[in-house]
Amino acid sequence: MFETVITLDQFLQASIDTLYMVGMSLLIGSLVGIPLGIALVVTRPGGILENKIFYSILNPIINIVRSLPFIILMVAIIPFTRMIVGTSIGTNAAIVPLIIFISPFIARLVENSLLEVNPGIIEAAESMGATPFQIIWHFLLPEAFGSLILSITTATIGLIGATAMAGTVGGGGVGDLAIVYGYQRFDTFAMVTTVIILVIFVQIIQSTGNALARKARKE
Amino acid sequence: MIEMKSVYKTYKRKDVTTEALKGIDLKVEEGDIFGVIGYSGAGKSTLVRLVNYLERPTDGEVIVDGQVLNHLSDSQLRAMKKQIGMIFQHFNLLESKTIFDNVAIPLVLAKKPKEEIKQRVMELLDFVGLREKAKSYPRELSGGQKQRVGIARALASNPKILLCDEATSALDPQTTQSILQLLKRVNQEYNITIMIITHEMSVIQEVCNRVAVMEAGEIIEEGSVLDVFGHPKHPTTKNFVKTVIHNSIPESVKRSLKKTGNSKVFRVEVKGEVASEPIVHQVMKAHDIEVNILFANMTEIQETTLVIMYLQIAGEASAIEKTVQLLKDKGAGVEEVVE
Repeated sequence: MFETVITLDQFLQASIDTLYMVGMSLLIGSLVGIPLGIALVVTRPGGILENKIFYSILNPIINIVRSLPFIILMVAIIPFTRMIVGTSIGTNAAIVPLIIFISPFIARLVENSLLEVNPGIIEAAESMGATPFQIIWHFLLPEAFGSLILSITTATIGLIGATAMAGTVGGGGVGDLAIVYGYQRFDTFAMVTTVIILVIFVQIIQSTGNALARKARKE
Repeated sequence: MIEMKSVYKTYKRKDVTTEALKGIDLKVEEGDIFGVIGYSGAGKSTLVRLVNYLERPTDGEVIVDGQVLNHLSDSQLRAMKKQIGMIFQHFNLLESKTIFDNVAIPLVLAKKPKEEIKQRVMELLDFVGLREKAKSYPRELSGGQKQRVGIARALASNPKILLCDEATSALDPQTTQSILQLLKRVNQEYNITIMIITHEMSVIQEVCNRVAVMEAGEIIEEGSVLDVFGHPKHPTTKNFVKTVIHNSIPESVKRSLKKTGNSKVFRVEVKGEVASEPIVHQVMKAHDIEVNILFANMTEIQETTLVIMYLQIAGEASAIEKTVQLLKDKGAGVEEVVE
C-alpha cells in the first residue's frame, strides 16, 4: 500500500532513542526540578523558610528559561552542549537542552502541586515542633504525592514533544524519522507510523500516570 | 502553666497595620480548662497561637511552664512545642496517611522505636475509641471521628498542654458534646491543662472552669465560669451569657408588671448548696412581705447549680430591707432592678 525505505529496525531504534532521551532528561530534570520546586514553595513569602533574596532570584530565572521555545533554546545553547558532551549532534547532545528545558517546567509543576497542600497541614506540623526538613518530608511531599505524579506525567509528555523537535537537528528518535523520511522524502508511511508511535507513547504514559496518582490518593 | 504579660501583636502589610492583640495579660493555672470566647476577629486565634509560638508577639512576654518563649532558640522552641498539643477546627489530618500513621507522626518525628510507637498509638486509639479504625483513611471518617484522631495525635507526645482552636465549631451539637466529654477526660485522666478557643458559650459552660472574653484584641472580662455566667459585666459578655442562660425578665412579664409604691424588683442569684434550700419560703415566713416570682432559671455549670430569679417584693420599706439582708446572709447575691 505504501512505499517506504525505512526498516523495522529503524523504527525500533528510533523508539529506543526517544525513550532513552525522555528517560534520561526526565530523570536528571526531576533531580534538578523537584528540589527547585520545593525551594520555590518554602522560600516564597510566608513559606516555612522564607527567603526574599533567594526567591526573587530563582523565580525570574525559571520564568526566563520557561519563556524560551524549546527549538530556540536548543540552538541557543549549542556551545554549552558542545562543552558538556563534546558534540552538538546525536542523542546525548539532545539530552542537554532537554534537561535545561524540562527542569524549570518540572519546578513550576512541583511548585503548583505543593501549593495545593492544605496550609492547615503545615500549621499542624509546625505545632508538633517539626523541623523544616521534616515538614517537607513527612507532610508536604506525602500530601502532594498524587498531584506530583500527575505533574511528572505532564512533564514526560512535554518531553516527548520536545524530543521530536530535537530530531530536526539530528537528535535521533521518532521525531528524527518523521522529519528525515516523512517530511523531507515525502514518505507518508513513515509519517503516519511515527504519529501512531507518538500517540501510543503519550496514551500509555498518561494512563499509567493517572492510575498511579489514583493509587497514591487512595481512591 | 501559661502566662502572658502585656502582649501586643500587630500585623504590617504594606501600609496597613492591624492590631490583633492590644496588651493581653493572662494566667492559666495547671489543670485548668481555660476558655477564651469572642466573636470572629476578636483576636482569640492569634492569642492561642502565641502559646505554641506559631505566632510571635510584637511586644510582651509569653511564659509557658516557667520558660519565657521569647528567649528560646528555634530548636529549644521545637522541643517546647512537643510539650504542647494542638487540635484544629478542620482537624488538619494527613489525607494520604492511615489513622494509625496520623497518630504516629509526632512519635516518628521524635524518632521513637517502632515497637514503642505501635504500643503508644494503639493505646491512644483505645482512649479515643477508634482502635478498629487504625487502618482507615481520614476521608472514611465522620467529623467527630476525625477530631478524635486529632486529639489522639495531639496527645501522642505526652504534652502538658492541649490547645483547642475552635475544635468543635465544625461539628453538630451531639458530636460537640462527645468531643467535649473526651476533652474533660483528657484533662482529668492525663492531668493536661487545656485552653479552648470558641465562639460558642455552650462549650465554655460545658467544660471550662475559667473563661476570658475577648473583643477587639483585648480581654474585656475574665474569671471563673460560675462568676462570669452569674455576673456578666461587659455588654458583650452579657450577650454571650444570654445565648445559654435566659437571665432577664421576659418582655410580656415586664409589661404587665404593676409598679406599686411599696414594691421593688430584685435580681437574686443563688449558687451551690444554697440553691437546694427553700429560701423564698424562708424569707416570706420571716417578714411580713409578699413575693412574686417574675422569672426563675436554673443552670448547671461545672457541676454547680446556678439559680437566677427576679423577685417582686411588696411590703413595708423596712421589711423589704430586712428581707434583702436575710437573703444576703443566706449567701445569695441580691441586686435591685431599676427599670
